[in-house]
Amino acid sequence: MMPDLGKYAETVLSAYAVSLVLVVVLVWLSVRRGRKVKAELEAVEKKVGKNG
Amino acid sequence: MIALLLRDLRLAMRAGGGFGLGLAFFLIVVTLVPFGVGPQSGLLATIAPGILWLGALLACLLSLDRIFALDWEDGSLDLLATAPLPMEAVVSVKALAHWLTTGLPLVLATPVFGLLLSLPGAGYGPLLVSLLLGTPALSVIGTFGAALTVGLKRGGLLLSLLVLPLYVPTLIFGAEMARRGVDGLDYTTPLLMLAGITCGTIALLPFASAAVLKVNLR
Amino acid sequence: MTLNRLWEYANPKKFMETTGRVLPTVSVLAALCLVTGLVWGFFFTPDDYRQGATVKIIYIHVPSALMAINAWLMMLVTSLIWIVRRHHVSALAARAAAPVGMVMTVIALLTGAIWGQPMWGTWWAWDPRLTSFLILFLFYLGYIALWEAIENDDTAADLTSILCLVGSVFALLSRYAVNFWNQGLHQGASLSLDKEENVADVFYYPLLVSIAGFVLLFVALVLLRTRTEIRARRMRALLARERMG
Repeated sequence: MMPDLGKYAETVLSAYAVSLVLVVVLVWLSVRRGRKVKAELEAVEKKVGKNG
Repeated sequence: MIALLLRDLRLAMRAGGGFGLGLAFFLIVVTLVPFGVGPQSGLLATIAPGILWLGALLACLLSLDRIFALDWEDGSLDLLATAPLPMEAVVSVKALAHWLTTGLPLVLATPVFGLLLSLPGAGYGPLLVSLLLGTPALSVIGTFGAALTVGLKRGGLLLSLLVLPLYVPTLIFGAEMARRGVDGLDYTTPLLMLAGITCGTIALLPFASAAVLKVNLR
Repeated sequence: MTLNRLWEYANPKKFMETTGRVLPTVSVLAALCLVTGLVWGFFFTPDDYRQGATVKIIYIHVPSALMAINAWLMMLVTSLIWIVRRHHVSALAARAAAPVGMVMTVIALLTGAIWGQPMWGTWWAWDPRLTSFLILFLFYLGYIALWEAIENDDTAADLTSILCLVGSVFALLSRYAVNFWNQGLHQGASLSLDKEENVADVFYYPLLVSIAGFVLLFVALVLLRTRTEIRARRMRALLARERMG
């Protein structure tokens, strides 16, 4: 299935690997922060709702 | 405006005003370069224009936070904002004061430093002209950066990060002009580009700097 | 939908509602296009007669480079909208887009350098295009750093939008200066490793799909991150109001 990359196997694979890692990390960090802030906001809104 | 200029010049000349520190820094950089790359005069001659430009640029960079720091701390900047002088004029005068106390002395000192780096004879003229044309741009651009980071504690590194990419075009054309001068090639193009950038920044950037200062003074 | 309707999305509540509905679809589409484009390009295209299998890097290098530039352009537009119309969503969108643009720039740089290595025999060369992207990276870094350094939301939005404006002018200037610096003014590009003038069809279509994938990925990430910024801002406002009693 893997195409014959010849002598450029290392080059091509490392390029793809590095890029995919960066994209995955970016997406993961964005999602994680998004969830965290959403939870914090809901906590604050509940607290303010009780007091206000 | 003249009053503001004279006041800033006087402040810079006082002890602790930073005048002379830029020159000292330039000297240190120039002295360190041969230790870093070796003393062969052939190599030094090749990199001299670039090193001298870099040294001038870095010396300018290091004195940028002084432009607004003192006035920010003692409230003079607030007063200046309410004065009848438009903010654009204030920042232009500040940039001019910075150039007179940093850029210009560096240009005047360059011949001596060129000697230390084996700068070829033909290079002195073009190098000096390029620095003379380019250092005002460095001051004006630096003023913009200083306005952005005024009042930030330890804003020095951020200031460098913001300003150095903005310095790239000036550095490229200035150093290229100097290098071509050394090789005896025609340097009209980099000269015109350099002059263009300097004129453009002097004319337009104060508006941005003034806007930034007004935001920070709110 | 008239252009005026677009301004309704400047309202944070409307923005949150609409993007909440749209985001899952965009994300799925992005994943589909990315996978399709990259799999197609990697497994089902031939080698280039000159560059061998390294031409496969094109499916990542070109889209990421395009997005690196387009992200900055989007930041420029949203910064202008903030300066003129003071819509907070716009300012926050610019803030949200910057890290995405920066990562795109890094990907373009890394894939560019890796692609160049077999051709140039070195891991880095001061090729005008790579150099310009390195400078763009520094612009992104400075922009993000300024947002992080300033506490007051409105002040930060104002300062960073002016920086974006000024930076854009200098970025353009730098592009020209760097070309001049490496090639001299009138020499043709010799080391440029951007795609050749006429990319053959067999490479072109998977490339288009990959580009679409990257664009959708950018949109999805910016929508997600802007939603986060809006929530964070609301939280800060609530906490501030609490403290004032």
